Amino acid sequence: MGDEPTASPRIRDGVRRALPLAPSPVLFGLSFGVLADATGFGAVAAVVMSATTFAGAAQFASVSVLDAGGTVAAAILAAIFLNARYVAISVAVASIFPGGKLRRLAESQSIVDESWALSGRRGRFEWPILVGSGLVFYVLWVGSTAVGTVLGGVLEDPNALGLDAAFAALFLALAAPYLRERRAQQAAALAAGITLALIPFAPAGVPIIAASVACLLGLRRSPRTGSPGSPWW
Amino acid sequence: MVVSSAWIVVGVVGIATIAFKAAGPVLIGRRALPGRIESVVGLLAPVMLVALVVTQTFGGEKEITVDARVAGVGAAFVAILLRAHVIVAMAIAAAVTALLRLAF
Repeated sequence: MGDEPTASPRIRDGVRRALPLAPSPVLFGLSFGVLADATGFGAVAAVVMSATTFAGAAQFASVSVLDAGGTVAAAILAAIFLNARYVAISVAVASIFPGGKLRRLAESQSIVDESWALSGRRGRFEWPILVGSGLVFYVLWVGSTAVGTVLGGVLEDPNALGLDAAFAALFLALAAPYLRERRAQQAAALAAGITLALIPFAPAGVPIIAASVACLLGLRRSPRTGSPGSPWW
Repeated sequence: MVVSSAWIVVGVVGIATIAFKAAGPVLIGRRALPGRIESVVGLLAPVMLVALVVTQTFGGEKEITVDARVAGVGAAFVAILLRAHVIVAMAIAAAVTALLRLAF
């Protein structure tokens, strides 16, 4: 990325930066489609969910809760708990959206973990990166969900291929650049502890929401920041 | 599974998520957040991403599970420390996890 102009990026820069991450939404869109089809969630429902919810973890949570015999309310709550983070995320990037309310409503739908993380890579949130990369992820996610529902029983158990671990590795790779700062390290460690402590007791999604309180470490007045560019380990 | 239950989930979760994502850009607009709130929100990225790593790696059915995923994500962690590309890290995580699941 060093050859890119440091001036304001364009939508196509967002598209270009999203492409290296393309295997993730494609593989998981495929496996979501296959899983939803295999569990009786329904092919059309799966594609519509990818097009409207557009948040992988919550979609997988809904399908698995229903498949495990959970209630509709439990499936909805699990997904909403998982997605509640988007309120905070959208507030974080609210100031970068131009235009009127309708345009902001439409473009805000490009917010997804990966596009948000990409857009904040250079110390401030960049609207063209968020929308450009979000558009790529959206097309790949919805399209691969549709293909997945057609493929049907080909991938009987996507997790046998280690896709769940690849998902974790993706989030880890996205987290790494943020963890160069000492306070981010402390907040991340606290969040990991809260999540681990709650997994045995709380319904799916709740540990992640509870872990968000770790960001309150940002209220502390004098952060001890690590020297810029130093490795975070 | 009753088909209609899937559609209720799709409708409610879809509308809620669209509203969540629009909450900031539509309701708050161009107003900047106060500095302290911004620094709190700034920490949400590492906090949420790490929490997602933990649930994706150790999450089971209401229990902490140590299985092939841990080895896969551990291998990816080393790759990330060595500044491997995200795709390489993901491939390593998937390969190690899949091989271990195949072996046991």
